[in-house]
Amino acid sequence: MAKQSNEAFFWLLFSAGGVVAALLIPAQLFLFGIAFPLAWLQAPSFDHLMSLVRLPLVRVYLFVLCSLPLFHWAHRFRYTLYDGLKVKHLTGLIFILCYGGAVLGTVIAAYLLWTI
Amino acid sequence: MPAVNQETTKGVTRYTPFHPRWYRPHVSVYWWLGEWHYLKFILRELSSVFVAVVVIETLFLLRALRHSPEAYAHFQQCMGNPLLIGLNIVSLFFVVFHTITWFNLAPSAMPVRVRGKRLPEVLVAAPSYVAWAMVSGFVCWLVLR
Repeated sequence: MAKQSNEAFFWLLFSAGGVVAALLIPAQLFLFGIAFPLAWLQAPSFDHLMSLVRLPLVRVYLFVLCSLPLFHWAHRFRYTLYDGLKVKHLTGLIFILCYGGAVLGTVIAAYLLWTI
Repeated sequence: MPAVNQETTKGVTRYTPFHPRWYRPHVSVYWWLGEWHYLKFILRELSSVFVAVVVIETLFLLRALRHSPEAYAHFQQCMGNPLLIGLNIVSLFFVVFHTITWFNLAPSAMPVRVRGKRLPEVLVAAPSYVAWAMVSGFVCWLVLR
């Protein structure tokens, strides 16, 4: 009998995260990481951002933006460590660190967005 | 020579276990540095690290917003650190690299057929780029409004 594998589930998270990262992350990074700090664009005020974050749809957007790309990272980083650095013997530890990190980030995002 | 594996002593036949030798060529840890295709593969995989960096920065933004206007001002001040701006510029290259490689992969992963003929890859990838432009434009409009 073939061994049961959860690979399909993690792959689904990986590919969903890949789509979200491809679509949403560049704009997020460009605005908050480059354009506002370098004053290329006028940074939004605290009140304006808060009025956005209070909208339920924006919270869902931010939750998706934070959570799924982390699972995307976990999958890719895990295999990069296995293949790139050839550390297949640490499989269990790497798995826990990568997916543990993604779950932790998801929990933090959920907590922040729930209590903001 | 079959006699090698089979010793006959005092009329008793003993077999020595057969040890197959696996063909395992030695691969260096730096196998991906030699060829551009391998290097591109590893760089594409490493782009996920920079995606994670952006998520962490976003979490810090949310934490500051949740706390107070002063915390938001402090966040903005921290993001102005030249080292962080440098990291973010590098990150932008990697993140856009991810976007482009991801969209261009879609036609290979999901070939679309119309009347039995495969659509050109450009036509399958193009809607992703349009969606990217529209979503990015909408987010910018919403934030900058």
